[in-house]
Amino acid sequence: MNTQKPLLQMKQIHKRFPGVKALTNVSLRLFPGEVHALMGENGAGKSTLIKVLTGVYSIDEGVVEMEGVQVSMQSPLESQAAGISTVYQEVNLCPNLTVAENIFIGREPRRFGRILWKEMNKRAQTLLSERLNLHIDVTEPLYMYSVAVQQLIAIARALNISAKVLILDEPTSSLDKNEVQQLFRVIEKLKRDGLAILFVTHFLDQMYEISERVTILRNGEFIGEYMAKELPRLDLVLKMIGKELNLLEQLPQLVEDHEASANETLVTAEGLGRKGAIEPFDLSIRRGEVVGLAGLLGSGRTETARLFFGADKPDSGTLTFADGGSGVQTPRDAINHRIAFCSENRKTEGIIGDLSVRENIILALQAKQGMFRTISRKQQEQYADEYIRMLNINPPNPEHLIKNLSGGNQQKVLLARWLLTSPQLFILDEPTRGIDIGAKAEIQKLVLSLSRQGMSFLFISSELEEVLRVSDRVAILRDRHKVTELTDTNMSQQQIMQAIAGG
Amino acid sequence: MSLNRKYIPIVVTIMLFLVMFAVGSFRYTGFFSFQVLMNLLIDNAFLLITAVGMSFVILSGGIDLSVGSIIALSTMISASLVQQHGWSPAIVIPLVLMMGAGFGSAMGAIIHYFKIQPFIVTLAGMFMARGLCYVISIDTITIDHPFYTTMAQTKIPLPGGNSLSISAVIALIVVVIAIYVAHYTRFGRNVYALGGNEQSSLLMGLPVARTKILVYTLSGFCSALAGVVFTFYMLSGYGLHAVGFELDTIAAVVIGGTLLTGGVGYLLGTFFGVMIQGIIQTIISFEGTLSSWWTKIAIGLLLFVFILLQRMLSAKRSAQKQV
Repeated sequence: MNTQKPLLQMKQIHKRFPGVKALTNVSLRLFPGEVHALMGENGAGKSTLIKVLTGVYSIDEGVVEMEGVQVSMQSPLESQAAGISTVYQEVNLCPNLTVAENIFIGREPRRFGRILWKEMNKRAQTLLSERLNLHIDVTEPLYMYSVAVQQLIAIARALNISAKVLILDEPTSSLDKNEVQQLFRVIEKLKRDGLAILFVTHFLDQMYEISERVTILRNGEFIGEYMAKELPRLDLVLKMIGKELNLLEQLPQLVEDHEASANETLVTAEGLGRKGAIEPFDLSIRRGEVVGLAGLLGSGRTETARLFFGADKPDSGTLTFADGGSGVQTPRDAINHRIAFCSENRKTEGIIGDLSVRENIILALQAKQGMFRTISRKQQEQYADEYIRMLNINPPNPEHLIKNLSGGNQQKVLLARWLLTSPQLFILDEPTRGIDIGAKAEIQKLVLSLSRQGMSFLFISSELEEVLRVSDRVAILRDRHKVTELTDTNMSQQQIMQAIAGG
Repeated sequence: MSLNRKYIPIVVTIMLFLVMFAVGSFRYTGFFSFQVLMNLLIDNAFLLITAVGMSFVILSGGIDLSVGSIIALSTMISASLVQQHGWSPAIVIPLVLMMGAGFGSAMGAIIHYFKIQPFIVTLAGMFMARGLCYVISIDTITIDHPFYTTMAQTKIPLPGGNSLSISAVIALIVVVIAIYVAHYTRFGRNVYALGGNEQSSLLMGLPVARTKILVYTLSGFCSALAGVVFTFYMLSGYGLHAVGFELDTIAAVVIGGTLLTGGVGYLLGTFFGVMIQGIIQTIISFEGTLSSWWTKIAIGLLLFVFILLQRMLSAKRSAQKQV
């Protein structure tokens, strides 16, 4: 359909960081008047590629051509001079200045050093209304407007600088539906004006809605460039997630039929939701049941978990407990309801590196008991030994500093920390990320055996096999809403992929 | 005409000044006169000049605690060089101004390049400048050089038998220039941008380093100029001049409606902030029975009110953002 030459072409780009190949043989072509989506899971190399394109990182190998001429991209200034502008997810403007100033600051129209406010306001008004179809009062300070409008203003600033190529880095991640539509209307218009737009997103629907072409990266490698119309959703998801030879498949099947469906309901969420995080959903968890949450990165998995734990406040819906209690406003409420939450950020929200294994284990219990009911040293050692044995923590020394343990063993210590508080619902967010295959299997086994003893789990993982292996039921999330629920009789990887891809 | 929300603090400041002037005029005979207003300018010229520099610093998101000490050091250097060494004021005054600017830019450079909080850097500057005064002399040095006495006594006649001092005229000129700089030059707008969001300012390609250092240079310069005006007023140099003055200055800027978090405020507000401090003093002296300590109590109360007002406005602001 497009026979014209690419405006910008990146050929065989390689970028290495010490010990890591961040980009291997990646190519990218941007055509004028086209929206080109860049897709990939976490760590696929999307942000590295953008940083290369904006001159933040220099490339190790490969060439960048603009309109057929090789250009150097050694600094953000060079990249800008070549006509490449970027609008980031976090709006980088000054909320206290007026809209017009935010567009023009640093390049204000002046006469003899005096800023011509009238001229500036007039130009800003024209720029916004003609190119972005945005009719607002440019003399109002920026904070008066929503994030969506601020994003458009950031685009206006980028356009005013020079742009031939506009990079939009996850621009829709904090916008609601209407705001996304407003942004898309602007993108359509810019497309007609002949701009080449690189649209980075993890929302499948949005990608299909706006993009002509899509490039997929996985683990820093170039998977392919496709016309969006000719790429079925399922293929897209398969290409993003990849079919890797998974060692876990060789492990014996762990799920035996265990009847959790007969048990009473432990907790029910009705219409629970939070604007910009997850749309209202219903979800109930029975005693002794493992509920998996599956979806792509950014589909609202962690956000759902955080609502259950009270880490974020919901702005709609209720959470009801079987024992009569309702409402979880803070993590403290959650702990009182005997909910435990193991965050996906093990390093920053989990372990305390400079404390010993023993100290890390007793932390949650101590917090629950309050400062004045201390746990005796002897008791602490007893607990530590018990869990080190039970979870097979290595090295089996309770006085070892936790930061010197491997990722898998750190994760086990965190599990021990929460298990000590004897939770009835345990939320695990990516419990096996970045840990070796042996520890992975151990954690999965632990989840299953505890669930048989009556503990309930909300299990989040990007690895579908894992979710399938441990879950009695899987809730599928896509683009921040719960799409469907699959129970074990009809769960297969194919079906889950289909549900994740949607459409 | 609907009032833009961003003008609320400054309108409150101006209204407050007018109300105080009206109350004073009704209560005290002789209060309602043009000369009372002129005296506010004459008595607070050095506060006004310092507050102008401080406004730029606070707008940029910083703070400058060294202003009072720089004023004292300026009076000390002037007095010592003019009286004890017989230098001409034509050399001494530019020298003192350069000293202030240099002192300020050194602090600005330390703040920017070593990424240290302005509070602690200017606190160090405050102690250092104060200490340097006593290196020159531990006693007060009286100035009787004809240039200084002339500057102190000259009255510029105004219509209706009123008059202004030269210091007051200098302060007014400084305010007018400052308003122009803040609103019609790139430097001024960069200061506002810096106070709004430093990270964004960097990404928008604004000269953050230059702006930050210039802001403290400007404040140092204004303090030194205030020190010069202070010598016209006091006719002496002394290490104990203007002790605690940095806090009066910050109070004037805040009462003038500038947010301590930076990025929001007007120089005109600062002007009225200074005038309000002056009028409180005037009212208390007209009252006659009240001790001058009541000035501090009144200023303290006003500060509370203004900080609460700002808090409410910025709470509204973040609520607005959610919509």
